[in-house]
Amino acid sequence: MSRLLMAVFLMAAVTYIPRVFPIAVFTRKIESRFFKSFLYYTPFAVLGAMTFPGILWATSNFYGSLVGLVVALILAYHEQGLMKVALGAVLAVYICELWIFR
Amino acid sequence: MVNHRFLIARKNEISDFNRGIKQGIPIALGYIPVSFTFGLMAVNGGIPVWIAILISLTNLTSAGQFAGAGLIIANASLFEITLTTFVINIRYMLMSLSLSQKITQMPLFKKSMMAFGITDETFAVASLEKGEVSFAYMMGLIACPYWGWALGTVLGAVTTSVLSEKLQSSMGVALYAMFIALFVPASKKSKAALVVVVVAIFWSSVFKWAPYLNQTSSGWSIIIAAIIAATTGGILFPRKEDEF
Repeated sequence: MSRLLMAVFLMAAVTYIPRVFPIAVFTRKIESRFFKSFLYYTPFAVLGAMTFPGILWATSNFYGSLVGLVVALILAYHEQGLMKVALGAVLAVYICELWIFR
Repeated sequence: MVNHRFLIARKNEISDFNRGIKQGIPIALGYIPVSFTFGLMAVNGGIPVWIAILISLTNLTSAGQFAGAGLIIANASLFEITLTTFVINIRYMLMSLSLSQKITQMPLFKKSMMAFGITDETFAVASLEKGEVSFAYMMGLIACPYWGWALGTVLGAVTTSVLSEKLQSSMGVALYAMFIALFVPASKKSKAALVVVVVAIFWSSVFKWAPYLNQTSSGWSIIIAAIIAATTGGILFPRKEDEF
């Protein structure tokens, strides 16, 4: 049991350290125009890199995930908001899994 | 007078907190099926229920927890578990760095508290806010996702699947769909954002499919692809002082 608790503790530590270290160290506002722009674009970069190709393996069926991706893109393009886009994609994948790609 | 100013500050804090709560609710709902799966998988693998819940309460991360629990179940060494989890979580450094420039001035202990709640989703939502974000806002934003993550884990850990397997699998797409809902509208409005997203997707695909490079772990792929893309944005589309 103690080995298990140790594993949980180590996992928590290496998850928290990357989260807290930069925000605790960088107390001053960065002046460099490039670096400020870099940080401004970071969320878009991270979101893009996390979404694709990861989304293709998000469900148990590759083609179902692909359909979910397309539905999410269409709904997001029409600015439907977080919940609608997510629910629409889930529903599309579910329909695929139930009736199309079995 | 002093009292009056205090009241205004207090009022702002409450409205910031409430705005955070409101924005955190969809994230929390997206988390429940994912952490449900985590709880189910961990307990089925032989991890005690209370340990599975403890992992969610102390880690609050998806990929890292799945990998870590998988390794625990496979009887991996503590070193392997720690290293793998760390590599998967390196991407948070980039997010934390970005947020360090986005938050209002606050003492270290407040920063340390809110840093615990940085996840892919809370980061994305907070950084797309206009202007600086306050401690109260961040705590509001984090609250529901934190408890949603814990709740899903508890439900997954104590039940033997209430949801059908197909529905549960379909829900795996929810968080990715939320990512899409966050970056697509922004990319429509700004060519720079669109270019950054496309470059990031290009490089993460390279790290998935190109020979040799496909050996890269998903944690490193995301961080390298994101750094290349954000650098491209910084070089091609440096922002003017009044745009920040």
